[in-house]
Amino acid sequence: MPIPGAILKFLLRRAALSLVTLWLLSLLIFAAGQLLPGDVGRAVLGPLADARAVAAFNHSIGADRPVTAQYLDWIGRLVTGDMGTSYVFRSAVGPFVEDALANSLKLAALAFVIVLPLGIAGGVIAALNAGRWGDRSIVILGQTLGVVPEFISGIVLILVFGVWLRWLPMSADWPDGAGPLTQLRYLILPSLPLAVSFFGYIARVVRVGTVEALDADYTRTAVLKGLPWLTVMRRHVLRNALLPTITVAASLVGYLAGGLVVVETLFHYRGIGSLIYGAAKAKDFPMLEAGVLTVGALFAAASLVADLLNALLNPRLRPR
Amino acid sequence: MRRPPTLIAGLAILGLWIAAALLGRHLTPHDPYADDLLHTLTPPSGTHWFGTDQLGRDVFSRVIVGARDILIVTPLATLLGVVAGTILGLFTGYLRGAFDAVAGRIIEAMQAVPLVIVALLALAAVGTSNLTVILVIGLVFMPLIARTVRTAVLAEADLDYVAAAQLRGDGPLRIMFGEILPNVLPLVLVEATVRFGYAIFFVASLSFLGFGIQPPSPDWGLAIAENYSLIGSYWWVVMFDVLATASLVLGVNLTADGLQTVFER
Repeated sequence: MPIPGAILKFLLRRAALSLVTLWLLSLLIFAAGQLLPGDVGRAVLGPLADARAVAAFNHSIGADRPVTAQYLDWIGRLVTGDMGTSYVFRSAVGPFVEDALANSLKLAALAFVIVLPLGIAGGVIAALNAGRWGDRSIVILGQTLGVVPEFISGIVLILVFGVWLRWLPMSADWPDGAGPLTQLRYLILPSLPLAVSFFGYIARVVRVGTVEALDADYTRTAVLKGLPWLTVMRRHVLRNALLPTITVAASLVGYLAGGLVVVETLFHYRGIGSLIYGAAKAKDFPMLEAGVLTVGALFAAASLVADLLNALLNPRLRPR
Repeated sequence: MRRPPTLIAGLAILGLWIAAALLGRHLTPHDPYADDLLHTLTPPSGTHWFGTDQLGRDVFSRVIVGARDILIVTPLATLLGVVAGTILGLFTGYLRGAFDAVAGRIIEAMQAVPLVIVALLALAAVGTSNLTVILVIGLVFMPLIARTVRTAVLAEADLDYVAAAQLRGDGPLRIMFGEILPNVLPLVLVEATVRFGYAIFFVASLSFLGFGIQPPSPDWGLAIAENYSLIGSYWWVVMFDVLATASLVLGVNLTADGLQTVFER
């Protein structure tokens, strides 16, 4: 399907705005790095390190230069794809981020595969029972699950499925050379806390969309002209109700990264969340900055995709 | 005024934990800090209702006293975020112009990354203590509250009472804080309780990660982080802290939900 000019213009504008946002984010991230009390060398090497070793370390990473020069150097390299050198591993940050991102995407994808059908089903069932007992219980359940921190639901899940029932492994640390099916088995438990916390959110959006669509004139027309109920649901109600879900699902992709920090730490999984966590612990700022900026870029990309899909699928949203 | 059941349930749970935080040692059957190396990891019993941990400390007593730090840090962080965010929201919403535009872009940049990650980044930079956790959570909440308040202020600014105040020559500060603020206050209160729930979510998560409340506090998130590797054989060293955290989060969210219904009527 060709993308009409108006949509293209709209998307380019959105892309330009996300670039501005990312640039501002890079400034904030860099500013955080400058807040480090004392100097980088002291923070990394520890309070007992020799003063000359600290000075040499600072010089070797360029931390003794003016702040603006450091920022320009950092952002200049980033644009060319060089994410810098880790203070801790003394090697390029890029490969670490790539591996972590690939792992996190597996986990996130599984969480979405689990939660999307459940959330949509929950939302539709709630809408069909709007105002009644079934509706209230789904809404309250979703709301409750959504506010419980992921490490709390994670531990309950570990206890039930890992310790008592012994159905699933308690960590995501699969043996070397495990096949995709084994990996999947190890990933189910870690993906569940994420799915649990998103269920209510998705169900709520689907519920609102479905209630609106059920109430709309086109649905009444379809029912009155004698279409079977299932056809009305499929062709008129769901198609309209699921549009906002796309935007919400995409915005959750960025939000997901916050949950990943906790879940990956809890389940010993090497993803972008545990990379950010590990770098924050070790004060490995090049790694931390690269990780956070990657999450920001991912978030920006996800919302662009959401805009694009929405524009393509919903003629009413097309800018005139 | 009708009182929704969620509000009553929420306030009851919250009140219980506030009592635990305030009374602390007066409620505990044992010293929450005393080791007893002869009775480590004993399961729940008549003497130790929730069992004992790796050092033989009484888990029930630690759960009671563990309410204190999180109930000091989170209300202060919320208060800071709400006050700063309300002021920022009043200024951006009423004055608009270049300041609004610049503030809007910066707020958007801060929201391009999940709050837990922003907080980790900031805490890694300034170091973790109760004070820095309060400051960081307050600061990351500020833009979110400012955005909500700004939207409400934009709607209020078009109303007649604001025009009347302008015509009688009131200055912008007087109009913002004397005229508009009282009218958006119910919204600010609801926003504050919702944010309080998130603050507990974040501080508990940060404590679990080691970037929140620090040892030797018997804080729940901290206790879970210290003990969760033992969950396979000794569920009680983790499970009661888990339930305590979940119930506190639930209590605050029920309260927020109840307040929302009260003000919507």
